Amino acid sequence: MERIPILRLGDYLIVTIQVDMHDRLAITLQDDLTERIVKESAKGVLIDISALDVVDSFIGRMISNTAAMAMVLDAQTVVVGMQPSVAITLVELGLTLSGVRTALNIEKGMALLKQRQPR
Amino acid sequence: MMNSNDTTGRLAAQSSLRSDEEIVRLRQIVRDAAIAQGFSLIEQTKFVTAASELARNTLQHGGGGDARLEVLTRGGRVGLRLTFVDQGPGIADIERALQDGFTSGNGLGLGLGGSRRLCDEFTIESTQGNGTTVTITIWKVR
Repeated sequence: MERIPILRLGDYLIVTIQVDMHDRLAITLQDDLTERIVKESAKGVLIDISALDVVDSFIGRMISNTAAMAMVLDAQTVVVGMQPSVAITLVELGLTLSGVRTALNIEKGMALLKQRQPR
Repeated sequence: MMNSNDTTGRLAAQSSLRSDEEIVRLRQIVRDAAIAQGFSLIEQTKFVTAASELARNTLQHGGGGDARLEVLTRGGRVGLRLTFVDQGPGIADIERALQDGFTSGNGLGLGLGGSRRLCDEFTIESTQGNGTTVTITIWKVR
């Protein structure tokens, strides 16, 4: 089965979405991420969407759900690289992605995740 | 005699919407057409996003259906129109279905209302038991 690869960088998981995901693949990613957070006691997840030129309500919900599940598992989520036209469209669509922090790129996103590190 | 404000259209593409993969394929078809007609990136993105929402509705609520893409001209302007048709259960209360947050499935309930907001023109015809037809249209800013 096709899967989006999830990479590990220290205590964090990084996902770079580079394909236009069909719905089933998005759900698989959500499940895989949740499972990996638990399995590896990850402190955070960074989702790189810089290659996505469309984010609709299904993908938006996948991102929100992932962040919510991560939070329950004491991990933070940061989304990076949102394209401007995607951001504009999400606002008009009415998708707020509340509870999901964003950053411009992977470097800034990792810095944001690490800020929360001291427990 | 043709009035310059008449809308003429030609069929550019058709797609079955009966699987997740066909939704992805439709997004690509719509994106390619919007690029070919010279729409701006933001116009493309809004239209493709709306198309994705409605395609999913057709699949998940309509039991599968079809989409038709037309290139339009009206008074010298270029437009794109997508028509989504299914023979599914139909929508009993259209006004309610258009409200943000209303979902008859597991979604966010933003698809119908959101698509209307993202496009220049939006029409919907649906009666319970008789399927649903939705059209969205965008016009290129001169």
